[in-house]
Amino acid sequence: MTAVFTDPGEAVAGVTDGSTVLIGGFGMAGMPVRLIDALIRQGATDLTVVSNNAGNGDTGLAALLAAGRVRKMICSFPRQSDSWVFDGLYRAGKIELEVVPQGTLAERMRAAGAGIGAFYCPTGVGTPLAEGKETRTIDGRDHVLEYPIKGDVALISAHVGDRMGNLVYRKTARNFGPVMATAATLTIAQVHHVVETGELDPEAVVTPCIYVDRILDLSATEATS
Amino acid sequence: MKTTVKTVEHLGRGPLGRDELAALVARDIPPGAFVNLGIGQPTTVADHLPAGSGVVLHTENGMLGMGPAAHGDEIDPDLTNAGKMPVTELPGASYFHHADSFAMMRGGHLDVCVLGAFQVSERGDLANWHTGAPDAIPAVGGAMDLATGAKQVFVMMTLFTKDGTPKLVPECTYPLTGLACVSRLYTDLAVFHIDRGGVTVVETYGTGVAELASRLEVAVRTLGQEP
Repeated sequence: MTAVFTDPGEAVAGVTDGSTVLIGGFGMAGMPVRLIDALIRQGATDLTVVSNNAGNGDTGLAALLAAGRVRKMICSFPRQSDSWVFDGLYRAGKIELEVVPQGTLAERMRAAGAGIGAFYCPTGVGTPLAEGKETRTIDGRDHVLEYPIKGDVALISAHVGDRMGNLVYRKTARNFGPVMATAATLTIAQVHHVVETGELDPEAVVTPCIYVDRILDLSATEATS
Repeated sequence: MKTTVKTVEHLGRGPLGRDELAALVARDIPPGAFVNLGIGQPTTVADHLPAGSGVVLHTENGMLGMGPAAHGDEIDPDLTNAGKMPVTELPGASYFHHADSFAMMRGGHLDVCVLGAFQVSERGDLANWHTGAPDAIPAVGGAMDLATGAKQVFVMMTLFTKDGTPKLVPECTYPLTGLACVSRLYTDLAVFHIDRGGVTVVETYGTGVAELASRLEVAVRTLGQEP
């Protein structure tokens, strides 16, 4: 049963120290900024964060990093023109980094959500990112064995949710949301607004409610704060 | 009757400018192809695709049918390209999540991707994600997925570094992105095809095959020349 919250603090309650947190977004598109801000206030630390990038500017994921809550980043592209927070932590030796090819990052989370034990993937063969990984030649092509990435928590952003927890997204802000929603024990989605059950076209639902545990209704949040 | 295509040396001119290079790549993209243009210079290829080419642009953050850059009122923070710049959508566009976006790439459904490079080897190995410098923060993004997944990988780069070192090399010295994946190499001085037989010069700009061969450490053939 999906719970709908208007208080961001309640929406992220119970995240424990040491958790693996999947954070949606590609740059700022689809970044669940309100949930991240609430997680900073909530105080969970020693986190492993899985996200495509390692923060942009000083808000969202960058603010969580700046607050010193992240022990390890798993991402595809940490180095950007506006990733000064991560850059500083990395150069100071204050954060671990695991770089994963972008599609492999997505597929490892998809595998976690789909109950796949591991998969052979051609991406990265012969490169430094395949070092130490088991390889196998299948149909004459080399593959590396990749393991799932499962989250304790997923923080994602969607466009509209209904009261059951079905989600639709908007344009390229969809990015990692639907995959991360499947891959975590506790999935929390911030949405621009919540509609009554039955108002979303079932044919258009992207993330079915079975994957969503909590929704933060930003329209109500903004009305009350 | 079989016509023999010969390597063309464009001698009465200088090297290709960046726009000319982009136009050359655009010319070689088949009509109707599904294409991913990498961040940076490859993005400019879109400006040179002829109207009505039917080329469908893929952006790996989750869209087919990407349109040109968005300006002014068109800018929508929910609609960006892989370089996180605001873009527009064309009629027939579709959106999908990241695992699907890379599945269509890895699954061999993309006809062409165009990437930049630090180095390309004579076997078509690509190095374009990391200089290997000890203080550089590694960041790969979708480069390995594109290099491995697209049916054809075109690379755009200058043929030499600023200090004159060749970037088309016998073996890449920078960390690799993908093995034997580059099929065409577009540079300011020449266009090359790369296959199991090695490197073939297709055209030269502001230089000739003999001069290029003397500056490169890789063996190059000309079109029509037996391996």
